[in-house]
Amino acid sequence: MDLLKRIFVKVGVLPFLLVALVILFSLAEHRFMSMSNLLNVGRQTTYLAIVTAGQMLTILCAGFDLSVGSSVALTSIVTSMVMVSVADPTTAMVLGILAGIGTATLVGLANGITIAVFRVSPFVVTLGMLSVAHGLALLISSGVPIFNMPEQLNTILGLGRVWGIPVPVLVALAIVALIWLLLSRTRVGRYFYALGGNREAARLSGIAVRKYTALAYVLCGTLTGITGVMLTARVASGEPNLGANLPLESIAAAVIGGVSLRGGEGSIIGAIFGAILIVTIRNGMDLMNISSYLQMVVMGCLLIFAVVMDQFRLSMKGR
Amino acid sequence: MSELLLKAENITKTFPGVKALDKVNFDLRAGEVHVLFGENGAGKSTLTKVLAGSYLPDEGAIYLRGQKMAFRNPYDARSRGVSAVYQEFSLVPKLTVVENLFLGRELTKRGFLDKEAMLKQARESLDDLGFDLDPMAKVGGLKRAERQMVEITKAFQGKMSVLILDEPTASLSDKEVIRLFELIVRLKGEGVGIIYISHRIDELKKVGDRISVLRDGRNVATLDMAEADEEKLISLMTGRDYEEIFPVIETTPGKVVLEVQNLATATGLHDISFQVRQGEILGIAGLVGAGKSRVGRALYGLEKITGGTVIMEGYAVEEPTPITSLKLGVMYFPADRHKEGLVLCRSVRENQTLAALPLFEKKGFIDLKREESTVRGIVKKMNVRPGRIHGAINNLSGGNQQKVMLSRGLTREVKLFIFDEASCGIDVGAKREVYLFLKEQAEKGAAVIFISSELTEVLHLSHNIVVMHAGTVAKSMPGLGATEEDVLSACFGYDYQNICNNGNGSRTGGSVAKSIEG
Repeated sequence: MDLLKRIFVKVGVLPFLLVALVILFSLAEHRFMSMSNLLNVGRQTTYLAIVTAGQMLTILCAGFDLSVGSSVALTSIVTSMVMVSVADPTTAMVLGILAGIGTATLVGLANGITIAVFRVSPFVVTLGMLSVAHGLALLISSGVPIFNMPEQLNTILGLGRVWGIPVPVLVALAIVALIWLLLSRTRVGRYFYALGGNREAARLSGIAVRKYTALAYVLCGTLTGITGVMLTARVASGEPNLGANLPLESIAAAVIGGVSLRGGEGSIIGAIFGAILIVTIRNGMDLMNISSYLQMVVMGCLLIFAVVMDQFRLSMKGR
Repeated sequence: MSELLLKAENITKTFPGVKALDKVNFDLRAGEVHVLFGENGAGKSTLTKVLAGSYLPDEGAIYLRGQKMAFRNPYDARSRGVSAVYQEFSLVPKLTVVENLFLGRELTKRGFLDKEAMLKQARESLDDLGFDLDPMAKVGGLKRAERQMVEITKAFQGKMSVLILDEPTASLSDKEVIRLFELIVRLKGEGVGIIYISHRIDELKKVGDRISVLRDGRNVATLDMAEADEEKLISLMTGRDYEEIFPVIETTPGKVVLEVQNLATATGLHDISFQVRQGEILGIAGLVGAGKSRVGRALYGLEKITGGTVIMEGYAVEEPTPITSLKLGVMYFPADRHKEGLVLCRSVRENQTLAALPLFEKKGFIDLKREESTVRGIVKKMNVRPGRIHGAINNLSGGNQQKVMLSRGLTREVKLFIFDEASCGIDVGAKREVYLFLKEQAEKGAAVIFISSELTEVLHLSHNIVVMHAGTVAKSMPGLGATEEDVLSACFGYDYQNICNNGNGSRTGGSVAKSIEG
């Protein structure tokens, strides 16, 4: 019992949930433990994992980003429109990808500057941006999906494999490794933790607080853009309604993974396991034929539960 | 001997990690002023809060006029005649003076607030106390001293048998202090017992009848005021002699590190001039609100400078920010280490190197090995306990947290240290270590600005003293030979009393202070 408590205080509710759910799903549905399904879970996790990595950076700085979903949609539209308008497939892909990631990075920059320089609450800024980016995506695309993109996009980035591993999984692994390095081995990471943990103390220690706060949102934007491109490649079309679940799921994943909403605490590994948990729940519920409406209810409850547990953990830590 | 009013027996109160009160006995007679004396963190405030119903004691009993009491909350205590005026104000800034005075016990007429009656009563009580305040003014717009008056008025309302005053003169002007003392005399005549907390020994002698000294949550002695002299009180308070606590800091002043001329800030500081040399400690004293903290903050770039010149090693500093200040070799340690100093949820290691991280970099990455060995060395040198460098810093005691914060000064080259209340809220042992840190830095040739509300430490550690009053320098004097009276007079902004002439000059042998008009 004491050991369980220590694990809880140290890493949060995640290990308990994951174990419980895996047992539950494998008892309820024999297909759950099959190799093909587990691979499926792995591939589905990649998209959420990359966004969660970005989301986590903003949460570390005591903020969050509600606009990640709309930003994915906008990226998808921009990428596909650029690709459609260029004849040569390779050029089209390169330009499209750069334009998409660039757009999402700009969205992040706008968030970051407004939050860091004008000191507006992240809630208001990114909620506004959620509407702005989604609106733009609908406006540019007139609300209809964009087809006729270079085929290679789907065959390589969407379904391709290198050494037998799906390309999205490789991209996600590379990103997670980079973020891990950033957080644990560079001053940028240290500064994120410090300014999220105590902004004033960070400022007094000579940290350019505004610059680094903005940087967290910019990086989140870039990672969101990468996700947007990859999802677009996966569905082989530009979709103005892509990624609507991402804000909730990425915040839930990070928080369940032990990233504190108060800022300054959490690890990328925890956040990724949070993402795995969420995809697992979704997958298990799909297999059990639970309606997507009910799934929404479950996801919402899960987020609230995670935050309550986080609060509970804090009070246990204090003792 | 007069009637025993209040009696506290074996009071114990524990907070997470600290035994704030340990079997404290205390009593108060009708018509006396019983002084509580002790260092910050000795348990004075906790004891008064237990007596006034803010805290429930873990053990022990309180008797009011021989009857056992268990106050549920401050209102309960107040309704039985025990009122308190605390250092931290219990006023709501957005409400007016009247609304604050009647908060929680509003007068009503047919279910609605009776504003007229409350205004009338408020006027009467303010007049009665001689406070010149507009009862309709918003408390948030009042000066600190004025807020204190409201606080005192609040306590003086209604029937009272025990009054607790926690540092009541901390931000009052001389006239107001005299009026407060008159009030105290009047209340004594009416049989009210007063518990009085203050650090100012001369003030205690004037108002006190008996004095209890608290140390580390224990009542170490209760004496008649007549038996108590300064030296005795200090050694009771600290459990050591002066010499044991305060190291002797040698100085061979080098060239001028910082020169400040006619500094003014947007927050009301003006005409501040002083200089600090290498190897020299400049103490800045003053009452709460006099602006001593703001001087340090302005120099480091935390408050906007609106006038004057700041010259750091011959270089005119225009608009300092923490980043530029650190580059120039200035390091500032804030008074509130939780709010501004430390990132509590992070480790000792991360907190220690926070202000010097670029120095630990190799090819864009932090050289974790070098960082770790540096941190381990510093932890050992500063005697931080427990010495685990990866644990979150909020598990450390206040003194150890303070040491971690100060040790930031060892991770990079610092030419000027600014300490703001460096020994606040830590125990004597840790204080001693903080002073030794100061000594080492000064003797190595750093210039030090030492801002403190504790007069004894300013007097014992400083080579030069600047006394602040009302946002400006009231007096500058050499540290050697300066007496408490010299500094206090300047603190209050007037000649407090020429004690030095008729007293026998306490430990330093009379005043040789030279007054320089600021």
